[in-house]
Amino acid sequence: MMGPLGHGALLVALVVAACGMLLIPIATRRKRRDWQLIGYAAVHTNFLLLTVAMIAMVTALVTHDFSVSYVAQVGSRATPLLYTIISLWGALEGSILLWGWVLALYVSAVLWINQDREGDLVPYAMTVLLGVMLFFVILLVGPANPFGTVFPVPLDGPGPNPLLQNHWLMAVHPPLLYMGYVGMAVPFAFAMGAMLAGEVAQDGWMRLVRRWMLVSWGFLAAAIIAGMWWSYEVLGWGGYWAWDPVENASFMPWLTATAYLHSAMVQERRGMLRLWNVNLVVGTFVLTILGTFLTRSGIISSVHAFTTGAIGYYFLSFIAIVLVMALVMVAGNSEKLRTVGTLDSALSRETAFLGNNLLFTAFTFTVLVGTLYPLVSEAIQGVKVSVGEPFFNRMSLPIMVLLLFLMGVGPALPWRSAPPGVVRDKLLPPIVGGVLLAAVAFLLGSRGGWALVTFLFVGYSATITFREFYIGSAARHRAHGEGWATALLRLVGANPRRYGGYVAHLGIFIVAIGIAASGGSRLEREATLAPGDSLTLGDVTVALRGVWGRQEPQRYVIGATLELRSASGAVIDTLAPRMNFYPSSDQPVPTPDVNSTVFRDVYANLQTFREDGSTATVKLIREPLVSWIWMGGGVLVLGALISLLAGPRRREPEAA
Amino acid sequence: MSDASGKMKGRRRWAVAGVVVIAATFGWLLYGGLDKNVVFFLTPAELLAKGTDGVEVPVRLGGQVKPGSVAWDDQTLDLNFVVVDGVGEVKVHSTGAPPQMFRDGMGVIVEGQFGRDGVFRSSSLMVKHSNEYRPPAEGQRPQEMYKTLFKESPK
Repeated sequence: MMGPLGHGALLVALVVAACGMLLIPIATRRKRRDWQLIGYAAVHTNFLLLTVAMIAMVTALVTHDFSVSYVAQVGSRATPLLYTIISLWGALEGSILLWGWVLALYVSAVLWINQDREGDLVPYAMTVLLGVMLFFVILLVGPANPFGTVFPVPLDGPGPNPLLQNHWLMAVHPPLLYMGYVGMAVPFAFAMGAMLAGEVAQDGWMRLVRRWMLVSWGFLAAAIIAGMWWSYEVLGWGGYWAWDPVENASFMPWLTATAYLHSAMVQERRGMLRLWNVNLVVGTFVLTILGTFLTRSGIISSVHAFTTGAIGYYFLSFIAIVLVMALVMVAGNSEKLRTVGTLDSALSRETAFLGNNLLFTAFTFTVLVGTLYPLVSEAIQGVKVSVGEPFFNRMSLPIMVLLLFLMGVGPALPWRSAPPGVVRDKLLPPIVGGVLLAAVAFLLGSRGGWALVTFLFVGYSATITFREFYIGSAARHRAHGEGWATALLRLVGANPRRYGGYVAHLGIFIVAIGIAASGGSRLEREATLAPGDSLTLGDVTVALRGVWGRQEPQRYVIGATLELRSASGAVIDTLAPRMNFYPSSDQPVPTPDVNSTVFRDVYANLQTFREDGSTATVKLIREPLVSWIWMGGGVLVLGALISLLAGPRRREPEAA
Repeated sequence: MSDASGKMKGRRRWAVAGVVVIAATFGWLLYGGLDKNVVFFLTPAELLAKGTDGVEVPVRLGGQVKPGSVAWDDQTLDLNFVVVDGVGEVKVHSTGAPPQMFRDGMGVIVEGQFGRDGVFRSSSLMVKHSNEYRPPAEGQRPQEMYKTLFKESPK
C-alpha cells in the first residue's frame, strides 16, 4: 500500500518539477506573471508530493511493511522504534529520499519568503533549484528507488547497519548534515539566477543569500562536530577525526563556505572579490554533490558506503553538467564581475580576509587532493593506495594555526588602512595573552610543538576578541550608564552580524584548545584483567568487577563493569564498556564508556574477553579537554544563530 | 598613459608573481607530502615481490589469517599471526588485543611496516568488512559461543 503511494508521489513530482523548471523561465522571458505563478505553484506542489513520499516511507518502516524494498533492506521487527525511524537514512535510497525532501523544503521556503521580490532573480533561481530537484527525483524513481516491490513478502528483515543503530547520535548527525549540505544549493541557485537574470553586477543576490548560507553553514558545522562525537562514542579508538574520506567530504564544503562568509564581507564593503565569490558559491555546491557521490556511491570503501551500482554515473554526469554550466555562465559574466575597489594598504582588514581566503582555498585543495588521490591512482595506474594521516596533518596543521592567528589580526585591523601607531597598539599587547596561555598549557604538561603554537595563537586571538567585546560594552556602560551584562547584550544586539561572528570565533578557539590538548597529551594503556585486577593510567585507576552478558530484543550485549577510582582511591564512577552483537553482522560493535569532566575524559573500551568471562582485555585512554570540542561546537552554532538575527544591511551599496 | 594606471599595472604584475610563487610552493609541498605518505595496498605475494622496496615503508597488507597461525599472549598482549593470499605468506606481529571475532581464514587488513627480519610490524589491525553485513555462521552466534555469560541473570 505504502509502496505504490510513495512511488506514485515521486513519479508525479518528477513531472511537476520538470514542468515548473521549463515554465518559470519561459514565463519570465515573456513577462507573464500568471504563468510564473503556476510555476511557483509547482514548487509548492513538489514539496507536498515529496512530503507524501516521506510519510509513506516512515509509515512503511514503522509498520514493518516488508513489501517495500527499502524496508526489507533495513527494517527488522526487533529494532526499537527510534532506530526504525532513523533507518530512513541508514542506507542509500532512504538518504537520497531525505536529501530530496530537505531540498524541496528549502526550495519552498525560499520561494515563500522571496516571491514578491522585484526583478527576475527569484524566478531564475527557482529554475536552477528545480533543476537540482529534478536530478534527485530522477535518482529516486530510477537507481535509488526506495519504493521497489518485494515478492514474496519477507516476514522479517535484517535491521539497519549495526553501526547506525548503536548510538542516539545517529539520530542527530545525518539530518544536520543534510540540512547543511542541501542548503548550499540555495546560494548556488541565486548566484546562477543572478547571472541568468543579468543582475550579477548588483550585489542584491548576495544580501538575499546571506542568511541561507549562514543557516547551511551552521547546520554543517553542527553536523561535523556531531559526527566527530559519534566517532568518538562508537568506534572504540578514542579519537574523533581520522581524515577518512567520509569526514573529508563533509569538511570541504564547510571550508569553502567559511571562506565565502568572510570574502562576502569584502565584496559588500569594498566591491572586491566579486568573481571569486561566485566561484566559491559554485565550488561549495559542487563539493556537496561530490561529497554525496563519494559517500553514497560506494566508490570509497568505508562505513558509510554500503552499496555499489549505477548511481555513481548519475552523480558524475550531474557534477559535469553543473561545472560546465557554471563555468560558461561565469566566463560570460566576467566583465560584470570586475572588481570595483582596490587594496589601499597591506595592513587592513581586507588583507586579513584575503589571507584567510588563500588559506581556506589551500586547505580545501589539500583535503581534496588527499581524498581523491587514491581514486586517481587506482583508475590510472591500477595501484591501490591510501593517503596516510601524516599527509593531512603535515599539510593542514600550519594552515590551521595561521588561520587561528588571522582570527586575531582580522578583527584588530580596521578596513582600508590605519596609521602604523594604531596598528602597533592593536596588534602587539595581545601577544601577552598568547604567551600566557601557552605557558599555562606548558606547565600543565602540554609539550608538542604544534599544540603549543596553537595555544599561543588561540591566546593571542582570543585576547583580541575579548577586547572587542570589552571596548564595546565599556563604551555603552559609560555612555548610557548600563550595567555590564545589559551593555554586553545590547552591544551584541546592536550589531549581531559582527558580534555573532566573534562568538563563532570563540567557538573555534574552544574547539582548537580541545583538539590541541586532547591530541597532544593523550595517555593510553591496554591490559588483560581478571576480576579484582586493576589498571592505572596517570591519576586514575580502574578495577574490573566482572564480565557479564545480557540479551536485549534486537541484540546480545557483553560488557565489563569497571570501577573508576581517583589517585586518592575515591570511587569516581562505574564504567561499563560493552560489545553489541547484532544478528545481521558477525562482528560485534564496540561500545566504549566514557567518564567525562570539563578537564579530562577517561575512555574505556572492551577489546576482547575470554569466552567464559574469566578475563577481559581493556583499553584505557585518558585525554584532557575532549569535551571542549563538543562545547565549542555549541558556541560556534550559537554564533551563527546570533548572526542570523541581523537583518539585511541597512547601508545600501554606493551606486555603481 | 597616466602615472596612476602605470603604478596599478606594476602592482598587478607583482601580485600575479606573488600568487604564482605561493601556488608553486604550495604545489611542491603537496607533491612532497603525497610522495612520502602514500600507503600502498598490497597482498602478501605483492609485498614479497617488491623485495627491498617493500621494506620499512608504510604498507597496508590485506589477506586472510592463516589457519592455526594465531598466537596471542594475553599478558604481554603480543599478537602473532600469518597473513596469506594463496601465494605468499607474511608473518605479522602487533601489540594489543585481537578483535573478539578473530578467526582462522578471516579477511584482515594490517597497517604497518615490513621489517628486515621478515616480520611485518602492524600498528593497526582491521577486520575486512565486505560492503554487505554478514550474519554469523551456525555455532558462532553470541548466545551459542558465550553460553555461560548469558546464563547469569542480567545485571
